[in-house]
Amino acid sequence: MSELVWLIPLLPLIGFIVNGLGRNTLSKGMVGTIGSAVVLISFVCSCILFSEVYQARQAGQAGIIEQHVFDWITVGNLKIGLSFLVDPLSAIMLLIVTGIGFLIHVYSVGYMHHDKGFGKFFAYLNLFIFFMLLLVLGSNYLVMFIGWEGVGLCSYLLIGFWYKNSSYANAAKKAFVMNRIGDLGFLLAVFLILGTFGSLEFSTVFSSAKNFAVGDITVVSITILLFIAATGKSAQIPLFTWLPDAMAGPTPVSALIHAATMVTAGIYMIARSNVLFILSPFTLQLISVIAICTALLAAAIALTQNDIKKVLAYSTVSQLGYMFLGLGVGAFTGAFFHVLTHAFFKALLFLGAGSVIHGMSEEQDMRNMGGLKKAMPVTYLTMLMGTIAIAGIPPFSGFFSKDEILAGAFIASPVLWGLGFIGALMTAFYMFRMLFMTFSGTFRGTDEQKHHLHESPKSMTMPLIVLAILSVLGGVINLPAVLGGNHWLENFLSPVFSEGKALMPETHHLEHSTEYLLMAVSVVGVLIMVALAFNMYVKRQYKANEDARGFLGNLSYHKFYVDELYDSIIVRPINWLSSFFGNVVDQRGIDGVVNGAGKATFDIGKVLRLLQNGNVGFYLLMMVIGVIAIFIYGLLSL
Amino acid sequence: MDNLFLLILLPLISALILAFLKTNAAKSIALILSVVSLALTIPFLCTFDANGGMQFEQNWLWISSLHIHFHIGVDGISLPLVLLTNGLMPLIIATTFKKGYKGNFYSLMAFMQSGLLLVFTALDAFTFYVGWEVALIPIYFICALWGEGDRIRVNLKFFIYTFLGSLLMLIGILYLYQQVPNRDFEWTSFIALDLGENTQRWLFWAFFVAFAIKIPIFPFHTWQPNTYTNAPAAGTMLLAGIMLKMGVYGLMRWLLPIAPAGVALYGHFAMILCVIGIVYASIIAIKQDDVKRLIAYSSIAHVGLISAGVFTWNTNGLSGATIQMLNHGISVIGLFYVLDIVQQRTQTRSLSELGGIASKAPRLAIFFMIICMGAVGLPLTNGFIGEFLLLKGVFQYGFWFAVFAGLTLILGAVYILRLYQGTMLGETTERTVQFEDVSGTELVVLTLVSVLILYIGIFPNFLLNLSAGSVEVLSTFLGR
Repeated sequence: MSELVWLIPLLPLIGFIVNGLGRNTLSKGMVGTIGSAVVLISFVCSCILFSEVYQARQAGQAGIIEQHVFDWITVGNLKIGLSFLVDPLSAIMLLIVTGIGFLIHVYSVGYMHHDKGFGKFFAYLNLFIFFMLLLVLGSNYLVMFIGWEGVGLCSYLLIGFWYKNSSYANAAKKAFVMNRIGDLGFLLAVFLILGTFGSLEFSTVFSSAKNFAVGDITVVSITILLFIAATGKSAQIPLFTWLPDAMAGPTPVSALIHAATMVTAGIYMIARSNVLFILSPFTLQLISVIAICTALLAAAIALTQNDIKKVLAYSTVSQLGYMFLGLGVGAFTGAFFHVLTHAFFKALLFLGAGSVIHGMSEEQDMRNMGGLKKAMPVTYLTMLMGTIAIAGIPPFSGFFSKDEILAGAFIASPVLWGLGFIGALMTAFYMFRMLFMTFSGTFRGTDEQKHHLHESPKSMTMPLIVLAILSVLGGVINLPAVLGGNHWLENFLSPVFSEGKALMPETHHLEHSTEYLLMAVSVVGVLIMVALAFNMYVKRQYKANEDARGFLGNLSYHKFYVDELYDSIIVRPINWLSSFFGNVVDQRGIDGVVNGAGKATFDIGKVLRLLQNGNVGFYLLMMVIGVIAIFIYGLLSL
Repeated sequence: MDNLFLLILLPLISALILAFLKTNAAKSIALILSVVSLALTIPFLCTFDANGGMQFEQNWLWISSLHIHFHIGVDGISLPLVLLTNGLMPLIIATTFKKGYKGNFYSLMAFMQSGLLLVFTALDAFTFYVGWEVALIPIYFICALWGEGDRIRVNLKFFIYTFLGSLLMLIGILYLYQQVPNRDFEWTSFIALDLGENTQRWLFWAFFVAFAIKIPIFPFHTWQPNTYTNAPAAGTMLLAGIMLKMGVYGLMRWLLPIAPAGVALYGHFAMILCVIGIVYASIIAIKQDDVKRLIAYSSIAHVGLISAGVFTWNTNGLSGATIQMLNHGISVIGLFYVLDIVQQRTQTRSLSELGGIASKAPRLAIFFMIICMGAVGLPLTNGFIGEFLLLKGVFQYGFWFAVFAGLTLILGAVYILRLYQGTMLGETTERTVQFEDVSGTELVVLTLVSVLILYIGIFPNFLLNLSAGSVEVLSTFLGR
């Protein structure tokens, strides 16, 4: 299998080509089958590959498979190959991408069934999987960059899938452009890495990076540039505002791209580059600060949103903040653990939301929902699992991964832990608010909607059930020692992080008693929040006129006016500059000078023309003056 | 079959044949003849030795009293451009198939092709200058006769402006001629001259301004938007796809090796102009309503980056410039063709009147998406290879240069996606409600363009290897 790594990304590419060309001729069943099957086969291949890596790890080896496909760019001594790297980190990532990817393909067969662009949708999804796999599998920064930009393109295409609506198309454009800001950072980092290490291959870069001193300015610059790239792709401050808008895309897209896979690419990339980041404590601190701010800001916004997908979108931004917090405090395994569990429960929640929207005839406003648990029991129960998992209630998966990040934060600074704890409280509140507003109480929608209300078809509920099981049990793969686990994930990933860890200053471990205490505090806090939400939205029954908000509520509801701020400090000035450059500088300024020069020549010609007036007497006069002038000149120069 | 002279002669003969054809068959004959030209280019590609320096040379005494030679030959810098010229010509001719052009139009195109080939192969400054002016005359007529709007005035300005630049270059060439001990115009004699720094100073400006106007580099660009906009689509493709490369090629073939000390002195300044041009033109492109004008400004930004690559004077920048000249040619033909198709069917070029075409013409929308992605330099498209190497070169030159030049990544996405959205997405408008999808030759041309964009993006090494040896040699001229 190890020689066939290239098959894994190739299969979805074939799916893209077949579905793309046959989107009008193939039947919907055919398109759905091909689209899902290629991802399923990729998943099977990934499983085989994973087991090979697993066995190698069991045998005490690093479990690394490298494969060179062909030379891509060769100029002078610059040689960049299209080559793949499978190691414990990418092996797990492969499983997430193809596994969850497959479930979402199956779900989409049901969800998109009535859509005219069914074939196009599956073609795009397959293309996305292809690029995401390149991103994950690349053995150097440039192959990763192919995937990095490629998923951005797919994200653009899928956000703007219903392109007739121009606000959707705007959201797509916004996502692409904001990602491009990050991409510039990535590209500059690539140049700097090439200049510093003479190679882009991960293995070469990291092994030569070890010889650099901690805090080396070049490494700091590289890591800052890479982090800028990550803020774009993974929606962190200041480049996070595209992700909530990206909810314009069909819900399976939100689940796959904007929750489970693409948006975690930034975390994957930084985890992959952990050696560089550990050499740059400044960048790690910067990441921690940005991360906790993002986590809190997004959570605060999610508290008051009424659109079910918007709540989940801000929740994703917030959870990504937690993952970055994990990276920032050096808990790389914890961050990646959260990537994994988040992929389960957030994909589940989005698909559940999709199921709700589907059942509610495209309604997304929770104020018009309520009491859906009777009509949609499977969706309700699975979403309940997801909500418990994300809220961080043991023994569901989210608890363990979040706990690990918070424990890491506590070691770094109790203040970070405190802020992270506040964020966790908000998470529990807004998630249960969402759950209660949607499923509890009485139905608040129209009669029309009530009439059509139905549980979703099997193709949609089956993925929900699988993801629900994963969300419940996912935590066991990295059970901490205090709870009787053996840190399986941490051990498995250790070849990826060991080089970095060796460079890290020795950190003290938490006393078991402290660890228990922190867990207890967070669990109690979360439960109080759940009770609060229950009290507000179930007991007192949600009423539509509760929209009266105070100052803080307004701030949260209007997303802290970040979009408006960007609009007035960036978008509008650039538009003004564009008009100013185009109409004033270019046409009147520069072209004015050019035309002026032309006109001046013309005018001089007009004046000089007067000399050629055809009057013989005038010519004679001029001749005489000329002769005299020459004569005088001759006398003077004697 | 590797007779370079024949390659230049053939379009000239085509021009003669086509000039007298008044039937509708002219376009087909023109296409066939241009394909023959392209076919004749292939032996050169096959037998070319990347490390062999100048090859396929032919040298005749032309005007003996002045030691003027008709001297041609190709190396790794000129061969890609020969390929560009002969490769794009059939595509450009095919884009005109739905129009009623007669033989005279295609005759002018073939005539221009000869001039362009002469420019790209000349190894004698006089021969070069002849080609330089020969290429200008047919395009002037193409734009002035078949153009639209205020075409006469606009083209007069274009003609005078570029001609003025040529005169500066002519002064430089004549001066160099005077310096050569045995008085000739040979390229090898020119670059062997040991010129003082003061001489190189003004020589730099004489050549730089001539080329900068042609390319055009900021602030010599103001002829360009109007000329591109008012020219017929095929004329714009000739101008942007091939002709402006004369300027970039001139920088690489003549300016750098002749006045290296001049470049060392003022290259920094030229670099700043290029980078300003990139940002400035991109920003202007953001708000253009006329789609052709939008692409005209974006072209200024793109060629600004190519020229910046030349002035970095390192292998990455120069290789990037060479390959990006080809890529840019392919991309702009795709862009202008799509926009021409849109204009033909809707009678408008205004973004505010367009929209929703994707729902009427899904095939066109897909092609346009591929072409747009090539234009914004997405990996696995040809644009990325060029942009990556160019920015890498610029980065080696200076970090902040790369940061500013790199803004093209972001701003390019802004204006290209605005263009795409404004034409293809949204609801259909009055103008686009009857839009017919592409078919026939349109389909063939757009498929070819898209395949080239992807193929070069995935397998660029064939082209990169072509220029590798000569770029290496050129980079050694630095600081000579």
